[in-house]
Amino acid sequence: MSLPAMPSIPNVSVEIRDLHKSFRGEEVLKGINCKIDPGGIFVIMGPSGSGKSVLLKHIIGLLQPDRGEILIQGQSIDSPDIRDIFRMAMVFQSAALLTSLTVAENVGLFLSEHRLAPPDQIARVVAEKLAAVGLEGLEDRMPNELSGGMQKRVAIARALVGDPQLILFDEPTGELDPLMAVAVGEEILKLKNRSQATSIVVTHDRNLAFGIADRMAMIKAGRILFIGLPDELKDNPDPVIQEFLHAELPPLNHNPSRL
Amino acid sequence: MYQNIGEILILFWRTLATLPLAWRQRAKILDQIFEIGNGSLLMVCILSLFIGGVLALQTGPMLVNHGLNYVLGGMVGLSFCRELAPVLMAILIAGRSGSAMSAEIGSMQVYEEIDALRTMNIDPVSYLVLPRLLAIAVALPTLVLFAIPVGWLGGAVVCATNRHIAVSFDVFFQNLREEVELQDILNGLFKSFVFALAIGVISCHQGLITRGGPRGIGRSVTKAVVNSIVLILILDYFVTRLLIWVQQ
Repeated sequence: MSLPAMPSIPNVSVEIRDLHKSFRGEEVLKGINCKIDPGGIFVIMGPSGSGKSVLLKHIIGLLQPDRGEILIQGQSIDSPDIRDIFRMAMVFQSAALLTSLTVAENVGLFLSEHRLAPPDQIARVVAEKLAAVGLEGLEDRMPNELSGGMQKRVAIARALVGDPQLILFDEPTGELDPLMAVAVGEEILKLKNRSQATSIVVTHDRNLAFGIADRMAMIKAGRILFIGLPDELKDNPDPVIQEFLHAELPPLNHNPSRL
Repeated sequence: MYQNIGEILILFWRTLATLPLAWRQRAKILDQIFEIGNGSLLMVCILSLFIGGVLALQTGPMLVNHGLNYVLGGMVGLSFCRELAPVLMAILIAGRSGSAMSAEIGSMQVYEEIDALRTMNIDPVSYLVLPRLLAIAVALPTLVLFAIPVGWLGGAVVCATNRHIAVSFDVFFQNLREEVELQDILNGLFKSFVFALAIGVISCHQGLITRGGPRGIGRSVTKAVVNSIVLILILDYFVTRLLIWVQQ
């Protein structure tokens, strides 16, 4: 297993062609077509159960499609050496930190397992990445000693450590309180400024989506309804899109007589 | 079932293919050896002591009645090192360490930690399965090596102290030395090595195919232990046949 010392290009394009996927006879992705340009933040938005996370797992090669293909910079994600050519990382909805390792071991895992740097240099890189996400000094903590937001930021630090050309975020603000959600959104924006990697963010959080997106896609029931700029999405007349964008809880009637 | 057998064989083969990476994983292998070996040693010794004792207690009076008290040492010695120590220690380790392996890997599978490894281009087989398989392959025969003399001791103590048997230590161990050869102990160790590989690969495979949250983890642990025990008993027959055939 060999890895390039440093990525030759800072970011990659992603092309999804006619992607189909079924689980136990139920079609989750129904022919997704999408082209994501290199660099910038591409947000895929849609309601829960629309196939967003499944799509993301296909993009990074964790799931195999029934039909269709994913191209990273023109090369199929199924190519045996694709991960040796391009560096990709994913921040999971659950953070997916290895609970038996410390924060530092989690963040430095990519470098230590691939022997890309000696231990002292890995420690320096880990400290630097943790500082970048505002978690300096937490190297020796275990993941279960951290809050959900801190775990997510550790996961972001872990994703950054390999200088990825493509970073995928699966519901980065899911299960977080509003303040923590804003902090994670800011991390993603800072990341865009620091590295030129292509970021793909899957979320149903409208505030996050419109706060960070350069381009957006709307997906529902396994089909893409819209691809374009955030303002174009807001102005799109499709009633399904408008319903999703403007769904609000009706004001509660606090009339005690109705209780 | 056939799909599972195929997957287990493929996992075993893939683990063997990662053997050149074993040195890189030495810290994890040593941790696992310590976890399996040191953590089970006391239990193995207690179990062996009592199994040896029960074996002497069950067979001793009958042999003494037939005037065969001088063969007790050899009988306990041979049956313990050839059969009881490897099989019972393997069953013990399947319950103790096999279950821990499948629970740990299963939990990592359910909570996406293994997916996270894959996204970092880290092969879960070399990172998770290889250290566990090598560790159990070292630890189980080592435990059997401890279990054998302790089991003999248990048999000897019962023979010497039970008034219906009343075979002294000297007579017991003299007969044991006459009957038990190094080859018998090596046969037991070889069996335990085969059982260790079976427990390791079944438990890791069951962990890797875990689905469905805490209930799925529980199901995987149960399956790992049950399947390991069944396979240990089946393999015991065939390995015994093989060893007999080799020695003839």
